[in-house]
Amino acid sequence: MKTTESMHDNRPPGFSLPLDRREFLKTVGVLGGGLFVYFTVGNRFAAAQMPSMNYPTDFNAYLRIAADGSVTCFTGKIDMGQGTITSLPQIAAEELKVAYESVSIIMGDTDLCPYDFGTVGSMNIRMFGPALRKAACEARGVLKELAAEKLGCSVDQLVAENGTVFDKDRPEKKVTYGELTRGKIIERHLKEIPPETPSEKFTIMGKPYLHQDARDKVTGRAQYTGDIRFPGMLYAAVLRPPAHGAVLKRLDVSGAKKIEGATVIQDDDLVAVLHALPDQAARALKKIEAEYEEPQTGTDSETIYDHLVKTVPEPNVVSQSGDIQEGRRLVKHIFEETYRSGYLAHTPIETHTAMAKVENGKVTVWSTTQNPFPLKTSLSETLKIDPENVRVITPFVGGGFGGKGAPNPNREALEAARLARITGKQIQVCFSRADEFFYDTFSPAAVVKVVSGIDEAGNVVLWDYTVYHAGDRNTDAIYNIPHLRIVSLGGWMRATPGAHPFGVGPWRAPGAHINGLARSMQFNLMAEKAGMDPLAFRLKHLKDERLKGALKAAADKLGWKPHAARSGRGWGIACGIDANSYVAHVGEVEVDKGSGKVRLKRIVCAIDMGLSVNPQGSRIQLEGAMTMGMGYALTEELKFKNGKIFDLNFDSYSIPRFSWLPKIDTVIVPNMNQPAQGGGEPGIVGVGAVIATGIYDATGAKLFRMPMTPERVKEALAKV
Amino acid sequence: MTEKIKFVLNGKPVSLDVDGDRDLLWVLRTDLEITGVKFGCGEGLCGACTVLVNGEAMQSCQITVGDVAGAEVTTIEGLEKDGKLHPIQEAFMKHDALQCGFCTSGMILKAHSFLSRKPNPSRAEIGDALEDNLCRCGTHTRILDAVSEAAEVMKGGESS
Repeated sequence: MKTTESMHDNRPPGFSLPLDRREFLKTVGVLGGGLFVYFTVGNRFAAAQMPSMNYPTDFNAYLRIAADGSVTCFTGKIDMGQGTITSLPQIAAEELKVAYESVSIIMGDTDLCPYDFGTVGSMNIRMFGPALRKAACEARGVLKELAAEKLGCSVDQLVAENGTVFDKDRPEKKVTYGELTRGKIIERHLKEIPPETPSEKFTIMGKPYLHQDARDKVTGRAQYTGDIRFPGMLYAAVLRPPAHGAVLKRLDVSGAKKIEGATVIQDDDLVAVLHALPDQAARALKKIEAEYEEPQTGTDSETIYDHLVKTVPEPNVVSQSGDIQEGRRLVKHIFEETYRSGYLAHTPIETHTAMAKVENGKVTVWSTTQNPFPLKTSLSETLKIDPENVRVITPFVGGGFGGKGAPNPNREALEAARLARITGKQIQVCFSRADEFFYDTFSPAAVVKVVSGIDEAGNVVLWDYTVYHAGDRNTDAIYNIPHLRIVSLGGWMRATPGAHPFGVGPWRAPGAHINGLARSMQFNLMAEKAGMDPLAFRLKHLKDERLKGALKAAADKLGWKPHAARSGRGWGIACGIDANSYVAHVGEVEVDKGSGKVRLKRIVCAIDMGLSVNPQGSRIQLEGAMTMGMGYALTEELKFKNGKIFDLNFDSYSIPRFSWLPKIDTVIVPNMNQPAQGGGEPGIVGVGAVIATGIYDATGAKLFRMPMTPERVKEALAKV
Repeated sequence: MTEKIKFVLNGKPVSLDVDGDRDLLWVLRTDLEITGVKFGCGEGLCGACTVLVNGEAMQSCQITVGDVAGAEVTTIEGLEKDGKLHPIQEAFMKHDALQCGFCTSGMILKAHSFLSRKPNPSRAEIGDALEDNLCRCGTHTRILDAVSEAAEVMKGGESS
């Protein structure tokens, strides 16, 4: 980490700075200077799992302490409602020893913020948080050093509190951070980073804070990408094909040209109508006659599963121990089941939107992206211009859930930029709801095949698990099983060529839902045969104390009373590790045997996420995740045939509503001295599993496929 | 066909030369730059574009600007009075009844319309009233908490 005090007098930065930092300071010069603290998130995660993320080792985020003592944190991450706009400043304020209100955060502006891959995988707090915390500690140390020089005493003598450094014996001998940030250019390392504040001394972290941006959101002042207005701007309505893979055979745009004020642009594959009014652009688009040849891939929402198990890459052995053949020899009761789940759409209420302008060769794009920097790269490649001349700004984002990040190409942003360059105007492209469904990068349909078994004593001795296309998330070998093999074929991140008829990508805790269902259901089936309570059966086999703790906490909150095998109460149960958090769900379902309709009456999520920086924010994330999770469990499943998608709005694709609401409880297992882990996703992973095991507990019906629609429930009931 | 259409928007008279068949949503968002009203689905299926027309919640993508001629239209921008938030807005903040915020203005206005007719609702009745307003972040329980509390607070005649 380096600190640099500079720029308040707009002098060019020092030549010792590496190029990218020098470039960077040029652009931040407009901010008016102050003490800048650089830090890097480091390569821990990148090296371990996602080399493509490749964080630079130089710096990728910084804090600025301005002459008035206010603190700004700049980061390439974004907030799409998950609340890190609130919790990241809590971390900075705690360690800098300033009031929470004096810290603000600027997110996702590629000219102001240093590189970051973006917001994915519940990583804002668990990956970025520790780096920010260390940076704030070091900044505090630097400020104390500067204060020691100014006050003429030793650093040990000084205390930092509320934006001021003072002599602990003579408190009147003091200097504010603001006073310290005026002066010369400094690059300073500390030999030793001062220690982090111990949790028992927290005054800001671990305390509940309301959303920092709430007032803007309840008054309509929050500006989302689609709300940006420029005089003379134009709205684009873009011609969309009827199916993925469709080929344009005939095009007649003359009808659109007749609409007053409409301009038709044809640029290779891009056909768009521009108009000063968005509704008139859309009206003109309807006048375009286009004929396509549609592909025959031969798959649809029902036949896709057979295709998927045949279309697979090389298997990846995730985990292996013992000997599967030996396990098969030892089992007394064997359970061989196949689980399936369909494609899921993200459906954020804000559709993908972009606003682009080109000025003096520089392209600026306001975008609903989860990944501003990767988008900057693809804009630069698409437009064939230097990345220096591309700026991506991320205003408020109206939900993402994985659908607004890579591998979603942010097509709308590329289109807006192309149209802006062609016309020289500011252009907005806003997806219609049909576009949003059509171009979504869906959670892939997936299949899991499990062969498991228990021995005479009721111990699980065999676990032969194969997952197709969901990836290995939530497949961890959390249970003590001597003969185990977990294999994953294909995933959401790099889709297997030929597997899916359209784009797929991450969907809140990608792949974890189907894996959660398969593992949990399988355990309930085995518990039943072993004549054991499903909670006790899990506790008997679980390895990890923290996971046991989370599961017990959830069960306690529900008031779990042991019942050997099925109880008829409709109690469901699931546990696992997600985003490094230990998470357990229990709940109660009600099944209407006549209609097959399932209602989740209660659900509890208990989580050990280490330090919860903002417990209020953590609870909101868990509640939201459980509410959202009812959708994949009960109704959500994209209907399609060949490349054609039939669900194009909320009439046929049904997402959770108020009438679905169960009683929701959350338990945050206190563990303040452990590093903060993910919170945005773990709350969703067990919902399907709780409902399936709940249906089983209530009725004996075995659901192996999600969503668990009334028809499928009735079908399963008929087999009981 | 362009015609002169007059209505009252957030307490102020508006006069537009506009095609009366255009969706109110786009006239508000584009011609009048009232962007607190959101586009979500365009077919009356999500409620993000909800506004009040003479106090009643309507989906502005489903009515035309001609439909509101002579009416009083209130958007989220019109609830705050002299820097003071409406009790429903206050309650949404207090209960953190929002995440991404994109459905928030529609939720608040729908609740506003509902509470003006039913000042003492049960939690279930609030849920029924908001059933067609979609929230993808899953903030539903907190929205119910917020509207319940706002109803309490507004009992003293605070119904503006």
